Amino acid sequence: MSQQTNQLTDWGIQEVSGVGRVEGPIVVVERAGNVGYDEVVEVIDSQGRMRRGRVLEVGEKMAVVEVFSGTSGLTIDGTHIRFLGQSLHIPVAEEMLGRIFDGTGNPIDGGPQPLAGTFSDINGQPINPTARVYPRDYIQTGISAIDGMNTLVMGQKLPLFSGAGLPHDQLAAQIVRQATLGSPAGESSKQAQQFAIVFAAMGVKHDVAEYFRNAFAESGALTRVAMFLNLADDPPVERLVTPRAALTLAEYLAFDRQMHVLVVLTDMTNYCEALRQISNVRGEVPSRKGYPGYLYSDLASLYERTGRVKTSEGSITQIPILTMPSDDITHPVPDLTGYITEGQIVLGRNLNHQNIYPPISVLPSLSRLMKDGIGAGHTRGDHSHLSAQLYAAYAHMQDVRSLASVIGEEELGAVDQQFLKFGRAFEREFVGQSATENRTIEQTLDLGWKLLSMLPKEELTRVSPDEIKRYYKESHDTN
Amino acid sequence: MSQQFGNITWVNGPVIRARGSRDVSMLEQVEVGEERLVGEIIGLNGDSITIQVYEETTGMRPGSPVFGTGLPLSVELGPGLLRSIYDGIQRPLPIIERESGSFISRGVHMNPLDRIEHWSYNPILKEGDQVKGGEILGTVQETENFEHRIMVPPDVSGTLTWVAPAKKYTIDEVIARVKTARGERELTMIQRWPVRRLRPYKARLGQSIPLITGQRVLDMLFPLAKGGTAAIPGAFGAGKTVTQHSIAKWADADIVVYIGCGERGNEMTEVLQEFPHLIDPRNGRPLMERTVLIANTSNMPVAAREASIYTGITIAEYFRDMGYHVALMADSTSRWAEALREVSGRLEEMPAEEGYPAYLAARLAEFYERAGYVETLNGKQGSISVIGAVSPPGGDFSEPVTQHTKRYIRCFWALDKSLASARHFPSINWLESYSEYTEDVAGWWREKVGQDWLKMRNQAVELLSEESRLSQIVKLVGPDALPDEQRLVLETSRIIREGFLQQNAMDNIDAYSDIHKQIAMMNLMLHFHERAERIIKRGANIGTIHALPIVNVLIRMKEQIPNNELEKLDDIRKTLDEQMDQLEAEYR
Repeated sequence: MSQQTNQLTDWGIQEVSGVGRVEGPIVVVERAGNVGYDEVVEVIDSQGRMRRGRVLEVGEKMAVVEVFSGTSGLTIDGTHIRFLGQSLHIPVAEEMLGRIFDGTGNPIDGGPQPLAGTFSDINGQPINPTARVYPRDYIQTGISAIDGMNTLVMGQKLPLFSGAGLPHDQLAAQIVRQATLGSPAGESSKQAQQFAIVFAAMGVKHDVAEYFRNAFAESGALTRVAMFLNLADDPPVERLVTPRAALTLAEYLAFDRQMHVLVVLTDMTNYCEALRQISNVRGEVPSRKGYPGYLYSDLASLYERTGRVKTSEGSITQIPILTMPSDDITHPVPDLTGYITEGQIVLGRNLNHQNIYPPISVLPSLSRLMKDGIGAGHTRGDHSHLSAQLYAAYAHMQDVRSLASVIGEEELGAVDQQFLKFGRAFEREFVGQSATENRTIEQTLDLGWKLLSMLPKEELTRVSPDEIKRYYKESHDTN
Repeated sequence: MSQQFGNITWVNGPVIRARGSRDVSMLEQVEVGEERLVGEIIGLNGDSITIQVYEETTGMRPGSPVFGTGLPLSVELGPGLLRSIYDGIQRPLPIIERESGSFISRGVHMNPLDRIEHWSYNPILKEGDQVKGGEILGTVQETENFEHRIMVPPDVSGTLTWVAPAKKYTIDEVIARVKTARGERELTMIQRWPVRRLRPYKARLGQSIPLITGQRVLDMLFPLAKGGTAAIPGAFGAGKTVTQHSIAKWADADIVVYIGCGERGNEMTEVLQEFPHLIDPRNGRPLMERTVLIANTSNMPVAAREASIYTGITIAEYFRDMGYHVALMADSTSRWAEALREVSGRLEEMPAEEGYPAYLAARLAEFYERAGYVETLNGKQGSISVIGAVSPPGGDFSEPVTQHTKRYIRCFWALDKSLASARHFPSINWLESYSEYTEDVAGWWREKVGQDWLKMRNQAVELLSEESRLSQIVKLVGPDALPDEQRLVLETSRIIREGFLQQNAMDNIDAYSDIHKQIAMMNLMLHFHERAERIIKRGANIGTIHALPIVNVLIRMKEQIPNNELEKLDDIRKTLDEQMDQLEAEYR
């Protein structure tokens, strides 16, 4: 069982008229007694319009409230605050799949409120490490640069690090469309259970949300998708709730309803900016680039809501997307994300300029859970050595390439020239594929060997002699 | 035992203020609210009391009661610690799972040590014996290979008036009575000790025995001494955790305390699922039997993350006091520092660098200084080696946590993102890393392995730094411009890098390298260099050397020669000499 969330601790409703101070999205309420930390409030302005918020700090007769949909139109005396006596809960139900919600979980597709017997706290509770099941089943995405080099495992959190103008949305949509539970090479892919998809948009453009909706519709996945949309012109503070609402539903589906859930969160950079904004208004001591010192813990409270537990067959796999401001991987958002997630898929502008899709830079990319999800019984026995060899060869090729740019390609030794050729082929044939191409794991691995066969055998020190004997293509014409 | 002393007046995340009694003490453990969440007093100002709470404070409200316990935040020490996994304030996670399911709920109070299990106790001292703090009363065979020595608490001394006979007892049962200056004390197998206070010892000793980790780059190039301190800084993806895990698995310590401090949940699960199946190469028992895990993952409450480091090191000190060698891993100290920063920020303290509190350096020093090789109160020798991972933002080592850590450690294992990208693991950069223990442990190697380890080590380091100088030139003009003698340096260094420094933690044979294997491998590689150098001087070119079949053998021997078949390395040496002899003959 998951959280005992339907036992709401009810602290009773109370109402206060008039506020002491309004600043940005923050309202300071005076004369408020007996308010709980993190409690939900309803803020009612003088016209009677209601918006929601949450308590950030309480003192005696004082409460600091963040208002999700902004504070415009609030007055000092004309504002009523109703403290609801509990933390923010949303209804969760299986029938929320196929529906569209706003950033705080209210339906915006014209349909009725979903019928739900369970209300869950959007903050969730930390999964006990002893209750987790270590993820070992790989997901076949049909994309060689992921399946072959950075295998995604069910229950993993693997973000896409991207930049403005790169096709991260396209890639995420392709992953969602093609993802199947992997099976050893040679066996047909298990189609047994399709993934349920929970999609959370934070501060993204209308076009992007529309792109995803169309992509889901085209692949016939729409009935398996729950979308939580906070778009670019929606209130920023609401963005802090959106991923939590989405993950709360995902946890319910995975751990109560035993489903395999893929969660796509985009764009985490916008989320972090909203967090910075609140922190700023509250006058907190900033750490790097103005982001609050607790950014790491806050991001962890989202990303760690992933995985598998002993009591359920289901799983949550997270694919957060973030755009790196000016492609800087050391920016606090990608940096702290990388420290929490189990690897990262990095998109590169260079490859994109060469019209290589998906433009995955394999060297900075990493899947931490790959090591236990591949090999005999999962993918194929040679997978681990093969990918290490491809990495090593490609990394060496980069050195050769930079040398070639200084002394010219003709001056390179014969072996180094072979490496250059290998590198080009690797980028075009292995990394590059079409947005509709769905490669089996076997195809991906065989392709890897085909490319390695462009190099002399003696250079391949990461693969075993037996594997060379079995897979290396002697007759391959390197020209 | 707990009494209400005040009421909450203010709540902000993990920090709350209360007003009440002036009799509570600094760092006293308290319970907050009706749910009795665990907290600790971190500030007193008149009747205003500041408390950090180790659990989520959602719903906490002004007016709720606060209870005192009269004791500082402490850990329970006694039989049953091994094989345990605790959260940051020593609550047993498996029992929390049994009680509250897959998710950790609040306000759970559990005994860290099992009260029901009976341990077979054998007394050593007898009635009438004079005892001092730290003396060993008796023993319990906690696991097949581990003798848990039951000690007199450090603050007790006197005459034993009664000693329990050898029998099975629970940890709550009295096993001895001591007549002290302040009356009679009953002793059980359990001790409580405040986490923020060091456990006393008799004297600090020098550090001259290496902590053998089975990791070649560490043992051969940058050794850590038992009782020493090391830091592993590295950007994300550079392999901090894999390195920490490898050390936890293979280090020749009696006890391993592994603190997962603000890191990933799945990583702790991996340890939990893997360690019971991994066999200690020295005694054939599961590695879990010498391990204590502290898991405060990144999504667990931040204040408990701050406490987890102290919980871990206090447990380590307890085992050290029995006369054991303990290796403590903290992954990651940066997350601990961030917890300090977060609490400090909520207290509105004046920040120093990058928002960290001004006392960051002092806290780091306090932590690392609890490492050491000591003579214990009972006259035995024990040690704690501390290995702290550091996660510098953006992989930039100039940030405060890395810089302050460097002041208090003597062994620096710098992880390198570009090595990791090329899948060179462990990605320890041999130019940036250092160990101040190198000279100290040289004597041990001479005695145990009988070879001049220091000379070999220095030769290897020289070759590698020469290589780095030469590759600067190569980058500009290409390798062909170098004379063959220098190209040989590149070739040998490549062999050392790929065949020696790289180590595959996932490979059954390669994951752990016996010291004899390490030294024999290095010997072979240096021997190769020596012979090749001579031949090149006689006019052979580097191409013929590179084409020798032995080159690939040298690179692959790490994965092909198991630790128990080292005689095969002699065969490799023979082959090497044959091939070299043949080549040499051509250039005579």
